[in-house]
Amino acid sequence: MTATPAELADAARRVRLRDLHMVADAGMGHIGGEFSVTDILVTLYLGVLNLEGGSERDRLILSKGHAAAALYSTLAEAGLLDESELASFTRAESALNGHPANTKVEWVEASTGPLGHGLPIGVGMALGARLDHSDRRTFVITGDGEMQEGSNWEALMVAAHHGLDRLTLIIDRNGLQQGARVVDTSDLEPLADKLRAFGCAVVEVDGHNHAELLDALASAPSEPGKPTAIIAHTHKGHPVSFMSDDPGWHHRVPSPDQVVAAREEISR
Amino acid sequence: MTLLHDCRDAFASTLVDLAEHDPRIVTVVNDSVGSSKLGEFGRRFPDRLINVGIAEQAMVGVGAGLAASGKIPFVSAASCFMTARALEQVKIDVAYSGHHVVLCGQSPGVAYGELGSTHHSPEDLSWLRAIPGITVVAPADPAETSAAVRWAAAHDGPVFLRVSRMGVPDIAGLDGEFVPGKSAMLREGDDVTIIATGTAVAPTLEAADVLHAEGISARVLAMATISPLDREAIVTAARETAGIVTVEEAYVCGLGGAVAEVVVEEYPVRMRRVGLRGFAPTGSTSWLFARAGISSVGIADAARALAAGR
Repeated sequence: MTATPAELADAARRVRLRDLHMVADAGMGHIGGEFSVTDILVTLYLGVLNLEGGSERDRLILSKGHAAAALYSTLAEAGLLDESELASFTRAESALNGHPANTKVEWVEASTGPLGHGLPIGVGMALGARLDHSDRRTFVITGDGEMQEGSNWEALMVAAHHGLDRLTLIIDRNGLQQGARVVDTSDLEPLADKLRAFGCAVVEVDGHNHAELLDALASAPSEPGKPTAIIAHTHKGHPVSFMSDDPGWHHRVPSPDQVVAAREEISR
Repeated sequence: MTLLHDCRDAFASTLVDLAEHDPRIVTVVNDSVGSSKLGEFGRRFPDRLINVGIAEQAMVGVGAGLAASGKIPFVSAASCFMTARALEQVKIDVAYSGHHVVLCGQSPGVAYGELGSTHHSPEDLSWLRAIPGITVVAPADPAETSAAVRWAAAHDGPVFLRVSRMGVPDIAGLDGEFVPGKSAMLREGDDVTIIATGTAVAPTLEAADVLHAEGISARVLAMATISPLDREAIVTAARETAGIVTVEEAYVCGLGGAVAEVVVEEYPVRMRRVGLRGFAPTGSTSWLFARAGISSVGIADAARALAAGR
């Protein structure tokens, strides 16, 4: 829990490099959304979450389960998953399914993939913590396109009604969904106002700035009695110039030349 | 006049009794406190009744999150809304995730009669039995409901419990332990077999009496568990009797389809499937039962035809 922003930046570099090779080797993945969420995952696992204490550990749900490779790569960085397992990503009988499964990987708290599932489950976990009179925290990461799913707004109403201030939602606001820009399908704006209207305390950060992420995540709840919603402004494919902000890189697989070029940019 | 019972009463009182001794038991509802008869539960354990409002997807997801936190959630709502609106949550958050969530489908089938097909759930048995890992249970009377609730609280895995509201009599022979995947032979017989589940068990016994008076010996199996099925009892019935009639307050691809799969794979014999087909016309529950042949007359007709080799 003592990682500095600089250490987190180094860890995020390693996580992206592992992810890049996992996707290239497997010939599948969702590299755009994996790179947009990497800094959020790294900051949580290496700088925020209390993973000790068994059932008293903090919970993190990656609701945008298509970014599974980023989760696995981060778990390996945190020493929670054997590095050698990463090579099995999506192979037959691997625990590392294309979308994470709680029954297959120890630190995966919820099986996700279909969008809009993680937040209701997280609300249930936060209610469970309250029934236990526990201070353990629950974090849920969604994509921004994912917030088009109505189940998230059902869950936010329940969270606000119960004043679940140990629950933090992080929205990976990269502005893109699978086939289009979010603004061109069913726009979310004014997102912060909507979240406030649904009873959340809202914080906006640069989702690639580890100091900002660390500050926002570690200090939640930002208002007592309210769930916190952190809008993390990110770029799909960050920091690779030819991937960044291009919806084509939702699930494109980099060619060998592109792997070399991406390695170069990530390692800078 | 036979005394008839609403199985929700046995469901709710058993749950209160269990919750008294096990603080892990919680309920999650969608503004369905009254229709689940959980008022007493809420008065006794106000913190442990979570009413998410009219939000079925959140209801099932919240249940899964509670289960992941060591609680034993009974998620209770009208079956039509829970199974249809939240089917993906049932599949992923509960079944695929292997969580001990007890999904309580209240007032299933055509219990809401005249309210119409929007409020019916004849699909629930078919949908739920298609999902791996969920034990699907449709008790036939209060004693079996109570036993199934106790079993479900102790079983470490996903359960769908179909809780009927229409009046059913106490059924002799169903007052023991609930054993999942095991049917109960309520009548011995070797001419024809009738396999019934839930609310269809009582009229099936009446039909067996009618047949007996005619000299037709009908075996009656009460099959409370739709998944996993009691394959052994089905295959034995196929070997030993002229054919199998299935009876259910559901589309015939529920119990009927499940039994037919076993019969076709293991020992093909003639079958008749009595149950619901198509969206229902407007009518009361009892009228819809009679129309579908879920009655002593309809069931006896189907069994008679099989016994006669028709």
